[in-house]
Amino acid sequence: MRNVLLQAAFVGTLAALILSAVLTARQNLIAQGIASGFDFLFKSTGWNMDFSLLPVTANDPYWWFFLTGILNTLFLGSCGLALATLVGGIVGFARTSSNELAQLLGRTYVDIFRNIPLILQVFFWYAIITHFPPPRNAYQGFGAFLTNRGIYIPIPNVSGPMFALMLAAVFAAIAVPIWLGRTSRLNRPLGARLGPQWLAAAAALACAATFVLIGHHPGEPLIDVPAVQGLNLRGGLRISSEFAALAVAIAIYGGSYIAEIVRGGFKAVGKGQVEAAQSLGLSAWQVFSRVRLPLALRAMLPILANQYVWLIKATTMGIAIGFTDFFMIVALAINHSGQTFESIAILMAGFLTINLSLAAIFNRINKAIALKGSQLRG
Amino acid sequence: MTALAQPVPRGSSDLRRRFLATPFQASVSLLCLVLIVLLGWKILNWAIFSAVFDASHGPDACHAASGACWSVIAARWRIILFGLYPFEEQWRSALACVTVVVMTVLSCMPMLWTGARIAVIWVLGAATYYVLMKGGVLGLHYEGEEVWGGLALTLFIFVSTCLIGFPLAICLALLRRSHLPWISYTTGGIIDTVRSLPLISILFTFAIVLPFALPQWLQGDKLYRVILGSALFFAAYQAEIVRGGMQGVPKGQEEAAMALGLNYWERISRIVLPQAMRNALPATINQFVISFKETSLVVIVGFFEILASGNAAYGTGDWRFAYVEVYVFIAFIYFVFVFSLSRYGAYLERRMAVGAR
Repeated sequence: MRNVLLQAAFVGTLAALILSAVLTARQNLIAQGIASGFDFLFKSTGWNMDFSLLPVTANDPYWWFFLTGILNTLFLGSCGLALATLVGGIVGFARTSSNELAQLLGRTYVDIFRNIPLILQVFFWYAIITHFPPPRNAYQGFGAFLTNRGIYIPIPNVSGPMFALMLAAVFAAIAVPIWLGRTSRLNRPLGARLGPQWLAAAAALACAATFVLIGHHPGEPLIDVPAVQGLNLRGGLRISSEFAALAVAIAIYGGSYIAEIVRGGFKAVGKGQVEAAQSLGLSAWQVFSRVRLPLALRAMLPILANQYVWLIKATTMGIAIGFTDFFMIVALAINHSGQTFESIAILMAGFLTINLSLAAIFNRINKAIALKGSQLRG
Repeated sequence: MTALAQPVPRGSSDLRRRFLATPFQASVSLLCLVLIVLLGWKILNWAIFSAVFDASHGPDACHAASGACWSVIAARWRIILFGLYPFEEQWRSALACVTVVVMTVLSCMPMLWTGARIAVIWVLGAATYYVLMKGGVLGLHYEGEEVWGGLALTLFIFVSTCLIGFPLAICLALLRRSHLPWISYTTGGIIDTVRSLPLISILFTFAIVLPFALPQWLQGDKLYRVILGSALFFAAYQAEIVRGGMQGVPKGQEEAAMALGLNYWERISRIVLPQAMRNALPATINQFVISFKETSLVVIVGFFEILASGNAAYGTGDWRFAYVEVYVFIAFIYFVFVFSLSRYGAYLERRMAVGAR
């Protein structure tokens, strides 16, 4: 009986707090002439977005802005995560290598970039990028231009959907041979699979080429290289300064954390496993690729998942320099529509969905590759 | 064993073994060496050899030099460290920062590790800080929160976040571990929701949205609302760390305490929590490190903390070109605090690993 009362009091107090907050808010908002409810989602916003992957105009409704905001966050997040994983992989690998100079370099990198707040790094890179010279005397190399208006890189003159298909095909050209090399579905011994592997890679690359040919805008060069024209740059793909600064900062800061995760993963691999592999006569590369890496990956994955969730949340720092990510769209929506609580609810729902799906994906992967039994003991 | 089997090589053979054992090793060593020398030279050259340190010639001296322009720091360090705090009173701000540092160093000493002593240190430290900064008593001139800025404000937000967040974290952890399902589920829901949100969105909600939902008399200053939000975020993460520590305490301990006839509060405060905190210590220090770095986010809801005052230091007047130097200076300040804390955490972890053996 006492327990029931306690629980009722606890939950009741919380509910009362929330209810009174909502009621006060409602009163305040009505006093300002703002109606509550989600109707505003279908009104047009009247303001515009600097950066969006999908076409956006000031006439579009709020729900479309929220959607593009989520898309921007996901896009920035995936670019940042991919770069951070690359950086972290290289640095972490350097830290676990047997070469002491490489260890020193890796350690210095981690010590410096882990101990400086991400937002400071975002400001720093943004300041650097916006202080690049104007287009006419831009830094250039490999067809890319670094200017104070953003970074211009060459881009294939291919329509959007076909370009996406091409990227998918190129990815398949790398992934399918690897899969073929490991799967048990192929009725051939592991050593004699080079034929199908080459065939799959070639087929995927041929598909990529076909996509490029189909999607190619007729009468234009295959690759659109940016070039100076008057005071500005024409052609190529413009990466906005805000996006570039955020992606670089996330890559460098996230990379220093991921490097530590990678190092921890390799440290978790039992010495006995490596020694056993060596005594079987495997070459150094085989020991690495067949024993150390797979075991280390398994140890890393759960921690890596946490880090990824954290880095996705870090994209919200876009608001500091004016990148229109999900959070900035929500903040703008609150400013312009006054629909404070509805927008915050959408923000919460959005991030909950992103985090839960990321966690679900990683749990799936983790379950799929987890070792059965107790083989991870050193 | 290995030391006996292989005599320790010396001199050039040692070098060869360590860096040039195989052609691959040798090329990696060479590549790293080139990188280290090149980067080291570039950085040293920029930061020291061709840098300008003297502020007496103003910004013009820097235009001629190719290296760093440290004179911006010499000219503007006061605004970076103290923000808008009145010039004559800045010694108070400096003293307040020293108080925080002393307090942190004290609480890192194992001999002072009892709940009561730590609590006394932090409450006294925070009170000293507050009196120094705000004044109005002991003949100190009154300075409102709106002029607090720079490093002092950053430290204030950090200290009060921890001071509010830590007890809150313990409460949340205990509530989540409660055997009453409604209480533990609701608390779990709150913790998980807060954890899944970005800190910026929580700060934003507390700073800008909350005033709508609170009656006038409850709103308080924006600074304290933001600190509350930041403390809640800290508590949600720390609660999980504490809970993890509690799970590491063997069940028999609590049962033994129960058998001795101790009541719930005695069991928790005498038996479970002390051991749980010991288990959770490395993760806790890590959490302090992270939340110190994250105080920098309050710049987004419009506070004049060290990052914002740094932006102001180079953003106005003739120092516009010297943004790199200002950011490097601020990064260095953060680095000193965060790096020493995290080194301390690593040392503790090693020490405790020895004890547990």
